[in-house]
Amino acid sequence: MSKKKPTPKKAVKAVKKTKTVAPKLKGSTVIESKNDVLIYIETEHNEVAPVSIELVSKARDIADQLGVKVCAVAIGKAQAKYAPALFAYGCDIFYTVEDSRLSFYETLPFAKALVKVIKTTKPQIVLFGATSIGRDLAPRVASELKVGLTADCTDLAIGNHEDPKTKKVYEKILYQIRPAFGGNIVATIVSPEHRPQMATVREGVMKLAAPDKKRKGKVVKFKVDFSSKDFIVKMIKRVVGSRKVNLTGANIIVSGGAGVGSRENFKLIFELAKTIGGTVGASRAAVDSGLIEHDHQVGQTGTTVRPKLYIACGISGAIQHRAGMEHSSKIIAINSDPDAPMLKIAHYAIVGDLKEVIPMMIKAYKSKG
Amino acid sequence: MELKIIVTAKQVPDTHNISGQAMKEDGTVNRAALPAIFNPEDLNALEMAISLKERFDAQVTVVCMGPPRAADILRESLYRGADRVVLVTDRAFAGADTLATSYTLAQAVKKVGGADLVLCGRQAIDGDTAQVGPQLAEKVPMNQITYVEEVVNIQKRRITLRRSLGRSSEVLEAGLPLLLTVTASANQPRSFGAKYLMKFKKAKTRIEVEEAVKAATPGENYAADWVTSEVDKKCAELSAKGLLIETWTAADLKCTPESIGLAGSPTKVKKIENVVLAARDIKKIAPTEAAIKEFMQELIQEKTFV
Repeated sequence: MSKKKPTPKKAVKAVKKTKTVAPKLKGSTVIESKNDVLIYIETEHNEVAPVSIELVSKARDIADQLGVKVCAVAIGKAQAKYAPALFAYGCDIFYTVEDSRLSFYETLPFAKALVKVIKTTKPQIVLFGATSIGRDLAPRVASELKVGLTADCTDLAIGNHEDPKTKKVYEKILYQIRPAFGGNIVATIVSPEHRPQMATVREGVMKLAAPDKKRKGKVVKFKVDFSSKDFIVKMIKRVVGSRKVNLTGANIIVSGGAGVGSRENFKLIFELAKTIGGTVGASRAAVDSGLIEHDHQVGQTGTTVRPKLYIACGISGAIQHRAGMEHSSKIIAINSDPDAPMLKIAHYAIVGDLKEVIPMMIKAYKSKG
Repeated sequence: MELKIIVTAKQVPDTHNISGQAMKEDGTVNRAALPAIFNPEDLNALEMAISLKERFDAQVTVVCMGPPRAADILRESLYRGADRVVLVTDRAFAGADTLATSYTLAQAVKKVGGADLVLCGRQAIDGDTAQVGPQLAEKVPMNQITYVEEVVNIQKRRITLRRSLGRSSEVLEAGLPLLLTVTASANQPRSFGAKYLMKFKKAKTRIEVEEAVKAATPGENYAADWVTSEVDKKCAELSAKGLLIETWTAADLKCTPESIGLAGSPTKVKKIENVVLAARDIKKIAPTEAAIKEFMQELIQEKTFV
C-alpha cells in the first residue's frame, strides 16, 4: 500500500500546480504574470487628464518592481499627439485607438476598444482615474472580462498575499488600498486569481515623479472595427463650466458642511471668508444637499488642500473630507456636536452654534483688523 | 405605451451621519450603532421612476438584494408608489463583491422580464464604488448612461436626458432599453403616500410571515408541518390581497453557484484598518463673545491672516 501511494500523490500535486493558475470563474481571463501594466489615458478637452499622468508616473514605479513595461492606451479622434508627455513620465508603449466617430466619451465604443486592447496585450494590471469617465468605463470592462475591480483607490502597492484558507501564496500582486464604509475604514483589496487586476484611482493622491523629456517610447496604432451600431448615443449639448474656485492655491479656507443647514446660512461662510481674505470650501455633504456648488468641494472626491488656515464650520469630518484637508497648518473646527470627529483633529475646537460663533468672529476681526 | 422600469435598491448602514454616539473610545466607528437605511441615491432613482410613471405611464418594479430585513426598504418603496417589489435573498449571495452582485441582479432583471429602463442609484454609501450600475448594464446587457440628473423626455423609444459631471453637464439622446445611474442632485425623494401606507403596511415576505407564525406560537413544541401549512395559508391570504412581497433565491434565479457570493467575487479583502483619529493638542475655545475675541486677537498676532 505504502509503496503504491507516492506515484499518484505526485501526479496529483503536479496537476494541482498547473491548476492553480486556472480560472475559478467560468470564462474569466487569467493571464500569466510578467505582463505589463496598462493605464487608460483620458484625453477630454484636448488635454491629458492630470490623473492619467499621475497614474503613468505611479505605474512606472510598480512596473519597475515587477520588471515589466508601462503601457498606456487612449481612445478618441487624434491621440498620438499626447505621446511625448506620457513618455516623459515613464510610459514605454502608447496604444492609440482612433476613429473620427470617437468625438466624445460614449460607453459602448470605448468599452469595446478597451476590451480588445486588453485581450490582445494581456496586461497584468489596468488602472483608470476615478473620474466620471473612469468610473463609467472601468466597471463595464471589468464585468465583460469577469475580473475584479476596486474603486477609488488612494494607494497602490505590490506585495505577496497568502490565501487564509488554502495557504497558497500569490507573489507580487497589486494591493488596492481604499477607504470604505463612509471612509471609516481603510481596506486593502486583492484580486489574486484573476488577470488583469483592475482599479480606479483618485486624482491627486499619487505623487508625480520628475518628467524626463528625453525619454523615448513607442506609439502603436491599434485597429478596432467599429460599426454604426456602436454609436447609439447622440450628444445634443455640452456645457463645460470653468473651475472658478481656486482652492489649491488658497492660504485661508473657510469651509461649510451639512451642519450649515441652508443656503441662507452659507452666506455666513462667505462673509467670514471675505472678511479674513479666505476662499470658500465645502464638504461633500454640503454639496450633495445642494447648499453650494461642487467647485467648492474639499476632500478626496473634490480638491486636496493644505492652506495656512482651515476653518471647518458644521463639518462632522468624514475621512474623505479629513484626507483632503488634514495637512492644513492650522485647523479651527466649529460644531454644535461635541463628539464630531472634526473637533478631534482640529487645533482649535469651538463647540457652539455657527450662526452665533461666526458673527462673533467677524466682529472680533473687524474691531481689531 | 407603458414603460417597464426596474429600480435597484440596497439597504445600507447610515455611514453619512456618524454622530458622536457611533464613535468608539478608540476613535473607530461602532458599526452596530448605525441604523440601516434606504441607500440615499437609490431613493433618487426610485423618485425618478415614480415621476416617470406620472409623466409617461409606467410599471415600476423595485428589486433589492440583501438579507431578509431589507424587506423594510421594499415596503418603503411601496409606500412611495412602486407597483411591484422583489427581495432577492439567499445565504449563498453573502460575501458578493460588485461583480457577483451585478450578476445576481442581472438574473433578477431577466426574471422580471427585462425592462425599458433600469434605474440605479449612482453609488451606495457603504461601499461608494459606483460599479454595480455599469456592471449590471453589461451583464443584462444594455447600454448605460451614468450620473443622470434629469430625464428631459421620452418619445418613440428615444430618451433625452441630462447628466451632470461636476464641472460640465451633457444633454444626450439614446435609445431604449437603457440603464441609468441617478445622482443625489437629481430630485428630492417624496415622502410616503398616506394611501399607500394604509394599503401596504401589512405587506410581508414569506420569511417574515414565518417569523410571525413562530412568534405567535407559545413554546417551541409546534410541528414543522403545522408551521409550513400555517405559513402557506397566511401567504395565500396576503398574496390574494397583493400584500405578499416576492422573495427570490439563487435557485429561483437559476444562478450558477460559481458566479454568486464569495465564489463569484474576484476581489478579496486582504486587510481592514480602522481609521483612528490622530490625537492632537486641542485648544478649546468657548463660544462666548469674550473668548472668541481673545482667540481672534491671538490669531491676528500670530499673523495667521496675512
